[in-house]
Amino acid sequence: MGFEKFLFYVFAAITVVSAGMVVTRRNPVHAVLYLVLCFAATAVLWMLLEAEFLAIVLVLVYVGAVMVLFLFVVMMLDVDQAALKAQFIRFLPLGLAIALVMLALIVLVVGPANFGLEQFAKPAPAPADYSNTESLGKLLYTVYVYPFEIASVILLVAIVAAIRLTLRRRPDTKYIDPAKQVRVRKGPDRIRIVKMPVEGKVEAE
Amino acid sequence: MDFNAAELIPVLPEIFILVLASTVLLVDLYLRDDQRGLNHGITLVGLLIGIGLILALGGGERQIVLSGSFVRDPMSDTLNAIILLVAFLAFAYSKDYLRDRNMLVGEYYVLGLFAVLGMMIMVSANTFLVAYLGLELLALSLYPMVAFDRDSKAGAEAAMKYFVLGALGSGMLLYGISMVYGGTGALDFPTVAASVADQGLDNKVLVFGLAFVVIGVAFKFGAVPFHMWVPDTYQGAPTSVVLFLSSAPKIAAFALAIRLMVDGLGGLHADWQGMLIILAVLSMGLGNLVAIAQTNLKRMLAYSTISHVGFIFLGLIAGTAQGYAAAMFYAIVYALMAAGAFGVLLLLSRKGFEAENLDDLKGLNERDSWYAAMMALLMFSMAGVPPTVGFMAKLLVLEAVVRVDLVWLAVVAVAFSIIGAFYYLRVIKLMYFDKPTTLEPITVGAGARVALSVNGLAMLVLGLFPAGLLGICQAAFA
Repeated sequence: MGFEKFLFYVFAAITVVSAGMVVTRRNPVHAVLYLVLCFAATAVLWMLLEAEFLAIVLVLVYVGAVMVLFLFVVMMLDVDQAALKAQFIRFLPLGLAIALVMLALIVLVVGPANFGLEQFAKPAPAPADYSNTESLGKLLYTVYVYPFEIASVILLVAIVAAIRLTLRRRPDTKYIDPAKQVRVRKGPDRIRIVKMPVEGKVEAE
Repeated sequence: MDFNAAELIPVLPEIFILVLASTVLLVDLYLRDDQRGLNHGITLVGLLIGIGLILALGGGERQIVLSGSFVRDPMSDTLNAIILLVAFLAFAYSKDYLRDRNMLVGEYYVLGLFAVLGMMIMVSANTFLVAYLGLELLALSLYPMVAFDRDSKAGAEAAMKYFVLGALGSGMLLYGISMVYGGTGALDFPTVAASVADQGLDNKVLVFGLAFVVIGVAFKFGAVPFHMWVPDTYQGAPTSVVLFLSSAPKIAAFALAIRLMVDGLGGLHADWQGMLIILAVLSMGLGNLVAIAQTNLKRMLAYSTISHVGFIFLGLIAGTAQGYAAAMFYAIVYALMAAGAFGVLLLLSRKGFEAENLDDLKGLNERDSWYAAMMALLMFSMAGVPPTVGFMAKLLVLEAVVRVDLVWLAVVAVAFSIIGAFYYLRVIKLMYFDKPTTLEPITVGAGARVALSVNGLAMLVLGLFPAGLLGICQAAFA
């Protein structure tokens, strides 16, 4: 067994175990942290496939940005664990049965028999000066430019949808308007100059 | 790779709708609250221009552009134009309803137009990747539309169910696509089709992937047993959104099925035929039987949708050019029927009142005999009573399955459609033979009135002269 194969099995095992932990942990924060581990291990698998750029993007974007945001959300939400658990136990037998059938099917189909080296020859290793960032960029903007543009439209829809569903103008919220702050003048806004009639001189006695 | 700007010409209708949606999004920023009607005008005019563009650029040979991602053929021309037309009707009916509920805002039109764009992308997809992205664009635009009434608990619940089950369906489809990619090493339909023809049924991976693709498509159609989201979503969403959701996306789902299962995996027809037969029989059976028990009209129409999906599947099951044309005819006719039926519900709703129960239709004839007549035409058409077009549509799909010697399937379909006729005729009975609960006149803008009249009369005209539309459908699969 070569070193690469050894690395593959180690990180594949970490991926599977941590994915299982994500589903079974009681504490949602732990679940999110296991998901981070799962992504990190997947990134190593991609690295083994010589997809360095994608591996780094996975760590930067998913682990670095998405999951941290996710962690914030999970920490702020108050999830009723007991109610979730009750449903979980109720549907566990059915869920397990379906999962086992699926697992059996996947094991039967996705194996060396159909995806072995006979079906798919091992790709030649890329030369040392090969940049897969460059070739990915080239592909995205030429062959896959149409799907790429559609993906950008999907992101725009997500923005519009999120704003529509959550943004409300509430007159009673107190908020700061920086533009207004900048425009504040010393004159009438901050201090009021009051003209008072001068009192009569105090008579010297 | 060289880029040729002329390649963009067939894509112009899609680009135009994208520009239209972005325009509405930007214009809406500068409108005062009493000017929101302008969005409505821009959208409707834009959709008409879009139809004009499709007609101007369409016709002629099949074109594949943008590195094989995009295809323009007679089917995509027809379906894209009809999707825009149905969307036009859906927006035209909705204006008063939206204004009464403070939902006449730019986002409604923006999301609706992006959904239309997603459907067009699906219709003219030439790779699994583009078909999937179009589907996601459609779905992501529809989820917030279902929850558009932000203060409605039922709307939020409906959107959540739709979102979770829709995501599950997308996941299934994606898994199936990944298997097909594993089995053929390609994502574009022509290469996949060639590879499937080469390997046939020997490749277990392909059949495994196919099962997931069929499940994904069935989820999007709302076929039994993947129909759980349909009734709840229809009941909880605002009626104008249900109108939108139940009409044009069914045409897009039909196009998705044709692209994925005929253009891509047509070689596996023997395999998916069996799967679709199960889905079709279950959908027609459960849809028609459960619809009888409903008192909520929106829920009843939801189950009616499920049964109609079964009929659309009949045409696909036949697996012949004639069958596909019949299914296309059915999908188009169904979209028009659904648009009209929900359109009547929209017009009956007023500020603070939702027409959604069967009792709300009582004595409609005495309140407004014209609307009652239009609704009667639509219901007759859904039930498949001649001379309306619903009869022609049912006849064509039944003929297609009989021709491939599946007579038992045709018999089952006829039996269930007779059972189904009961609840459509009950609506007509309520409108004509029951006393109205209220005599309040129906106040509707002239535009919506004209649109509904055209929609209702089209059921009759298309039923008497089906040759034109049928000819277009047959040309798409010639």
